[in-house]
Amino acid sequence: MRNIAIPYLIDCQVNRHNLILNFKIPLFYSFFKSLVGKDVVVELKNDLSICGTLHSVDQFLNIKLTEITVTDPDKYPHMSKNCFIRGSVVRYVQLPADECDTQLLQDAARKEAAQSKQ
Amino acid sequence: MEGQDYMPGTASLLEEIDKKILVVLRDGRTLIGFLRSVDQFANLVLHRTIERIYVGKQYGDIPRGIFVVRGENVELLGEIDLKNEGNLPLEEVSVENILQAQRLEQQKKQDEQKKQYKKLLERGLQPHAERTADEFT
Repeated sequence: MRNIAIPYLIDCQVNRHNLILNFKIPLFYSFFKSLVGKDVVVELKNDLSICGTLHSVDQFLNIKLTEITVTDPDKYPHMSKNCFIRGSVVRYVQLPADECDTQLLQDAARKEAAQSKQ
Repeated sequence: MEGQDYMPGTASLLEEIDKKILVVLRDGRTLIGFLRSVDQFANLVLHRTIERIYVGKQYGDIPRGIFVVRGENVELLGEIDLKNEGNLPLEEVSVENILQAQRLEQQKKQDEQKKQYKKLLERGLQPHAERTADEFT
């Protein structure tokens, strides 16, 4: 059973007798964490495409890939087997369709939208 | 950028410290140096840095010393494989030659771009704006 939502505490207010806790569910951070170990292709904003195994991801959606191969050797700087990609330069992350449970993702997104409305 | 505490499974740059890394910047430049320091914005301190310019199958190195790179300019970062570092399928040339080759390549690209712009304008289309301002730089 894949755990898609890992809430973390973003805000805490003490209001006289009550402690009000504000949880935010980082949807895509959790989604990427569930994809660790899978093969993805990351396309960057500068048109570089890098294929590799997802090693880790962080809250800024920075991505670490291992066993990288390049899909377009023409534009590629020569590098060894792993790389770190800053989250802000990612344009697309291409995943194989069978690794993505779209139903689960849709439900989680709906829940988050409902929560953020409250 | 590291998480606030070191958590296993998070993409952390701490593991790359003191390694020889290759950094690709947003303006297309490639720097190679030893990573000495990082912070949560992926600002980097690189030691014994060289700027490597690639043109086609050739490259040239310019020694730069110590670099402090602001995190927002980093595209990607990779560890250099020290074993295979010598056997690149590329040919190293002198700095003047590579700079000249680079100038020629940039000139060609500019000419091509101008032609494209003309064609788009002829068809009544606006030439596409480059990347708009990122919200999360």
